[in-house]
Amino acid sequence: MSRRKTERLLNLVICLLATRRPLSAEHIRQAVPGYDAANDEAFQRMFERDKNELREIGIPIEVQKDPWEEDPGYRIVRQAYELPEITLEPDEAAVVGLAAQVWQRASLAEAASGALLKLRAGGVETDEAGGMLGGALELRVDTRDPAFPALWEAVRDRRAVRFPYRAAASESVLTRTVEPWGVVSRRGRWYVVGHDRDRGASRVFRLSRISGPVVPVGRPGTVVVPDGVDITSMVGYRDDMTVQERTALIRVREGACQGLRQVAKAVRQGRDGWDELDVDFTDPERLAGWVVGFAADAEVVGPPDAREAVICRLKGALT
Amino acid sequence: MSTADRLPRLLALVPYLMSHPGAQVPEVAKVFGLSEKQLIDDLQLVWMCGLPGHTPGDLIDVSWDGGEIIIDNAETIARPLRLGVDEASALLVALRMLAELPEFGERDALTRVIAKFEQAAGEGAAAVSSQVAVEVDATPDALPTVKEALRRGRRLSLRYYVPGRDEVTPREVDPMRLVVVDGRSYLSGWCYRAEAVRLFRLDRVLTVEILDVAADPPADATPDEVTPGVFRPSPTDELVELELTPAGRWVAEYYPCEQAQELGEGRMRVALRARDQDWLVRLALRLGDTGRVLSPASLAESVRQAAASALNRYESVS
Repeated sequence: MSRRKTERLLNLVICLLATRRPLSAEHIRQAVPGYDAANDEAFQRMFERDKNELREIGIPIEVQKDPWEEDPGYRIVRQAYELPEITLEPDEAAVVGLAAQVWQRASLAEAASGALLKLRAGGVETDEAGGMLGGALELRVDTRDPAFPALWEAVRDRRAVRFPYRAAASESVLTRTVEPWGVVSRRGRWYVVGHDRDRGASRVFRLSRISGPVVPVGRPGTVVVPDGVDITSMVGYRDDMTVQERTALIRVREGACQGLRQVAKAVRQGRDGWDELDVDFTDPERLAGWVVGFAADAEVVGPPDAREAVICRLKGALT
Repeated sequence: MSTADRLPRLLALVPYLMSHPGAQVPEVAKVFGLSEKQLIDDLQLVWMCGLPGHTPGDLIDVSWDGGEIIIDNAETIARPLRLGVDEASALLVALRMLAELPEFGERDALTRVIAKFEQAAGEGAAAVSSQVAVEVDATPDALPTVKEALRRGRRLSLRYYVPGRDEVTPREVDPMRLVVVDGRSYLSGWCYRAEAVRLFRLDRVLTVEILDVAADPPADATPDEVTPGVFRPSPTDELVELELTPAGRWVAEYYPCEQAQELGEGRMRVALRARDQDWLVRLALRLGDTGRVLSPASLAESVRQAAASALNRYESVS
């Protein structure tokens, strides 16, 4: 933005805020420096662009069309423009300071620091250092997935999106069309939850598996989040409830397999240099994936499907 | 801030100067993330603006004699612009996450702040912020003790599990910070075993106790930009190439890969570095037939040997 344009826009904001009655475009053209030299058509274009730019940074321009006036009138209503009075207690200021530093990537980090700046400009004292634990507490959330900004916008604008997606362990990438209900971070991974139009059902997608650009589809404001949807519980493991938990018997070499020993519900010392562990599991493949890493130091004795799963992986690694 | 952000900045700068009369140039420049020269340039621009008519009496009056900024005749834009949806949402989502943090102890302040911002931000932001959530892991057992040690400035003795090497090691640590990354808690502190600042994932701390010794990390120890992750490979670690089937692609999602190349039908080739050879063998065994080591050949051979000796157990015992 050129200096002259910034000047013109600032004067325009002041002009529209200062007026009580809506001003016609022609009136604004006379009142705000920077417009006067242009011809009619150029002025109209310039004025349209300026209004759009002001709206983009969140300035509410009211348009009033009176039946007895030929041209619409413009103004900025002070109550809609101004940050309401906010006062923060010291403990509140501390948590705001901390919250503003959470985001690690451009889009939200800038939004958070922009918010903080406005608050401070409004005379709200925020505690930059974050007074928690004497400043020793630090919080970070990373939105590293390239798909994140577009999905944030889609959720904000209530707009459907389309993106290429490779489901877990799938050979192919399919285009999915989704009405997003929300985005959730769980254990360091981001997920988008919503209604999958192609499947006609609710689905959860992991952002790291979105393999291309996220493109908005249709008009903003059209996505409706159904009542009672709990986006965080949709992302949780769904098989935990339905699959029976079982116990595996695992023989481990003395002194080895610390990780397995930590989660075992029972450890029995053996005679022959091998100890026996009871380890709870639900998915034999998950268990096998872990136990197999201990190679010749661990052996799943049973149940048979878990034992077989380990043998299968070992054979796979051999070829 | 880029020049495109200049107007929003000016609309915050003027109210800031109004609410902080007599503020100093260096201090204001710092708050706005500007050089002093850039700030003066902003002030000069503001000085050219004002009410229609633009007679001297209409223009904003601003001076910075001796570095002290005085602004006048700017009542029209004396209040900052209200928070945008993104701005309010960014704060609200973070505040809601804080409220989820176990034993944070500021629940009361958070409830009040969230209510204030929801009111100030309007419906849009309140809605967005309830649609974006950062889940917080269950409270690790070690958390209360670690917090107490930080508060009292005491050294900690802990037993820590390192999955990469499958080791439980005793450590003495001078705690420096509690870091919560993506909902997971870590202790950052000076580790006497490593003689360096280390990051400990709290759910891997098996036991912890506070020692009757004051924490005394070296003066130059900084809780630097520690990147949590399974491992922090150094560029000198050997580059390992893996070929993955679709069922093995999770490797590329979980570990930082330096190269990733699609091979068609969902298969891919990745290259990564890891500090521990043992960890790599473990990874390759876990992959089974969903991935294989392309290079180095020595690693591929280690994997084959490990698999063969393990299989030998299964076959001889059963």
